[in-house]
Amino acid sequence: MKAWLRWLILALFAIYFFGPLLSMLDFSTKKNGGGRTGAAWKALVTDEQVRHAIVQSLLLCVATVVLMLVLLVPTMVWVRLRLPRLRRLIEFLCLLPLTIPALVIVVGINGVYAWVNYFFGYSPLVLTFAYVVLVLPYSYRALDASLSSIDVTTLAEAARSLGAGWFTVIVRVVAPNLGAGILSAAFISVALVLGEFTFASLLNYQTLPVVIDLFGKSDSHVSVAASLGTIVFASLLLLLLSFAGRRSRGPKGV
Amino acid sequence: MRRTRSLVPLVGVLPFLAYLAVFLLIPTVVVIVGAFTENGTFDLGNIRALSNSATVDALRNSVVLSGSTALIGGVLGALLATVIASAPERSLLRRAVLALSGSLAQTGGVSLAFAWMATIGGTGTLTVLLQKALSVDIYGSGWLYTLHGLILVYCYFQIPLMVIVFLPAVDGLRAQWREAAETLGASRLQYLTQVAGPLLLPAFLGSLLLLFANAFAAYATAAALVSQGSPILPLMIRAALTSEIVLGQQHLAYAIALEMIVVVALVMTAYALLLRRSSRWMR
Repeated sequence: MKAWLRWLILALFAIYFFGPLLSMLDFSTKKNGGGRTGAAWKALVTDEQVRHAIVQSLLLCVATVVLMLVLLVPTMVWVRLRLPRLRRLIEFLCLLPLTIPALVIVVGINGVYAWVNYFFGYSPLVLTFAYVVLVLPYSYRALDASLSSIDVTTLAEAARSLGAGWFTVIVRVVAPNLGAGILSAAFISVALVLGEFTFASLLNYQTLPVVIDLFGKSDSHVSVAASLGTIVFASLLLLLLSFAGRRSRGPKGV
Repeated sequence: MRRTRSLVPLVGVLPFLAYLAVFLLIPTVVVIVGAFTENGTFDLGNIRALSNSATVDALRNSVVLSGSTALIGGVLGALLATVIASAPERSLLRRAVLALSGSLAQTGGVSLAFAWMATIGGTGTLTVLLQKALSVDIYGSGWLYTLHGLILVYCYFQIPLMVIVFLPAVDGLRAQWREAAETLGASRLQYLTQVAGPLLLPAFLGSLLLLFANAFAAYATAAALVSQGSPILPLMIRAALTSEIVLGQQHLAYAIALEMIVVVALVMTAYALLLRRSSRWMR
């Protein structure tokens, strides 16, 4: 492709992608009578409801990443070492949430969440349980690519022959070697959880996207500021990820 | 003896399986069973309700929305992926495009609806700008909040998703293949239509299917944009779930949800088959 054509195409895409983002910046700093104001951006920290929602969403990100890793890493390592025949099944199960839309799970999850609320209360943090399922396909791929790039069997046998138990093998020997995969799985999970709306809204939990939607009806300047904030934050996070420990052909999205 | 020994390691995967059973399997089974029951007995009423004109319209709109945005997003996303692929793997351009794409395709949702409201909504930046400069009214009677608006906004996450899923395929094209073709006297066009094209076609079609499923199952953007009426299936589910006027709507939600599973499962199965075909060459 000719260089000028390539740059022309890139320029057109840049207009298309940055146009709405710049509009958001303009819209969120616009004063109703004319002029500029940072009120909408200030509201992100001063408004009780918005601040609370931001904190809840960030906590949800952390909780989801932790639970996902605790559930997935030992299982995947164990399957590789002891149950190789189950690998296809585990892969199928992990990719299943791509086929069953989140909306469908929400429709059927009322009964399960009655129990979750009974045991864990009504904090938005209980969404963690559903979100782990949601991020499963992406996390699985990231971790699987990373696991394939190291010799798990040799590592495990070496550790076992030195007297390590299975807990030590998984947590202290294999997991530290999965750095890139764990990082990538964590970042993608954060990006997904930060914007998740389907579960939170239909199960009535006030996470950031739900509050953004709510404010759209009263003060859309705040909604637009928070939306732009979310997009920029997630982009920076993913940009950071691309610099951190990714080898030439790391795991690639979806 | 041998059998018991081989069963012991299974204990290690039980927590994982139990977790998925509770948070994935049970909800899905509840939906499927619920679609076929009413008041605890077998009943086809809800499935029959899927042939209501409102539900059929919503299904058609959903298919139109998913199909058109998969096509537009697929073609434009593939174009962008091709341009990006020629940039070095570690260049800032490539990293930036991929990071922004990931953010728009995966975090997006509600934010994207507000992005376009801020741009071409009633008091959106572009609306006001064009109104002042050319006295052109692009807002019209609020087409942003109709099916047409949804198509425009959905492309804003479909194109980035295409970039993410199609770039590995473009990267998989090896320079040696082009050199081999050129050595054998192939023209640029011949290389494109007889080597690169056929190699990328399965991946391209597969990506289109993935985009279709992605749009078909998407909820957040539409929910934030359209607050009244239910032009597409996901919003019909919202209406059925939150309706307090008509009782027994819960089971209609089950039936529509089942319809969504069937469509998405069919599309994703086709996707998996195509993926297997394309991975034969692409490594």
